[in-house]
Amino acid sequence: MAINWFKYAAPTTFYGLAGKMIPWFAVSAALLFCAGLYIGFFVAPVDAQQGEFYRIIFIHVPTSILSMFLYLIMAGYAALGLVFNTRLSSMMASAIAPTGALFAFISLWTGALWGKPMWGAWWMWDARLTSELILLFLYLGFIALHASIDDPRRADRAAALLAIVGSVNVPIIYFSVQWWNTLHQGSTIKFSGTTMHVVMQQALLIMLLACWSYAFAVVLARVRSIILERERNTTWITQIPGVAEFPEAKR
Amino acid sequence: MIEDHRDMKKSTMFDLLVLVIRRDLVLAMRRRADVLTTLIFFVMVVSLFPLGVGPEMDMLRKMAAGVLWVAALLSSMLSLGRLFSADYLDGTLEQMMLAPQSLSMLVLGKMAAHWMVSGLPLVMLAPVLGLQFDMPVREIGVLIAGLLLGTPILSMVGAIGAALTLGLRGGGVLLSLLVLPLCIPVLIFGAGAVEAVSSGLPIASHLSLLGALLVLSLVFTPWVTAQALRISME
Repeated sequence: MAINWFKYAAPTTFYGLAGKMIPWFAVSAALLFCAGLYIGFFVAPVDAQQGEFYRIIFIHVPTSILSMFLYLIMAGYAALGLVFNTRLSSMMASAIAPTGALFAFISLWTGALWGKPMWGAWWMWDARLTSELILLFLYLGFIALHASIDDPRRADRAAALLAIVGSVNVPIIYFSVQWWNTLHQGSTIKFSGTTMHVVMQQALLIMLLACWSYAFAVVLARVRSIILERERNTTWITQIPGVAEFPEAKR
Repeated sequence: MIEDHRDMKKSTMFDLLVLVIRRDLVLAMRRRADVLTTLIFFVMVVSLFPLGVGPEMDMLRKMAAGVLWVAALLSSMLSLGRLFSADYLDGTLEQMMLAPQSLSMLVLGKMAAHWMVSGLPLVMLAPVLGLQFDMPVREIGVLIAGLLLGTPILSMVGAIGAALTLGLRGGGVLLSLLVLPLCIPVLIFGAGAVEAVSSGLPIASHLSLLGALLVLSLVFTPWVTAQALRISME
């Protein structure tokens, strides 16, 4: 049987698929958040050195990981859109950006909340904090550039180029900032020989999955809106139940 | 006539580069006020810092390199908006893109001219401002070396942003928003070199990294900028 790999590369078909996937991701995000937060805040043992304060990592670490991953995924989609001229890829890239920026912001915020009791200051000019802040700036630059170009095709392509340049720059920025100053503790989750309690690890993993599900649900919902906005003058849009009632769709 | 034709054929990439640089320099000299505004802005920003943080010489000496670098970063942002906009408005840029020669090479010429007009004067002015902050001579030397390596990178990376924001409303602010985060490594290594020499550490690593960044941007940014121009001119 021949599989049409590109069936869902068209906004027309992806719109329906995304609509079917959103409830699953949304429900699993909600369940995982409840489970992860419960285990993290009530089941996991108290840390020997940091006391109860360490529990912020159950939000801080997953959001930091996702903020970095999402930038790469965004740049990847943007590059696909730029090279193969696929509309949906560019739409995905612009749908991911706000979520990535949100995660970067939450990561900085929770980092500050953790820093006050542990370091005695809300903000330290430490390497990881600073590079996370720069990552937030890169997201904001992408969003701002996309928003200030009226023609959506040019906006997609210009923002895509910026995302690619940014992703090439991310490792350079990361290492330069790291050599500049290091105060943040090293990674605690390692593939071998971790020093973490098992329950803590499980809670972290559940929270990470919860964040992923949330990101999927939100990005898919956003990309559906973008599809509706961009394709408003096509006929297939007017055939979607629920859309045809709007007078704007009948133009 | 035949002679001319032969000349056209013989014109190499290098000739093109020289031609573009000369053209942009002549244009810049016709509008000297623009060049001077950037320089005055640089001096002004640097002079504002002592007024803001107080006249204690010890603190100023420590801050000098960072202040000069940040001011250089800001003033190079200021002049980037003009890199392509004049040619864009009068249609020259369109002609350049239609030219059979490589657009990347043309862009490289424009970057070089931009650096000579807005980067080089800053470098030459920096020692005077360094003396105002009571920097020792050795530190000033390292600062100049760093600026010489770093300011071309600012022009080149900035050109990408200038090409992407071509013809947009509020382009100037947007340009800084896009380009400044990308310039952070330059700032870190440039100011870091001065910091190192003042605390008696070797500076070779900082300057080598700046040199590496310079080579990297020399290779990639003209091409990326050319792509960005194509996107903006569609």
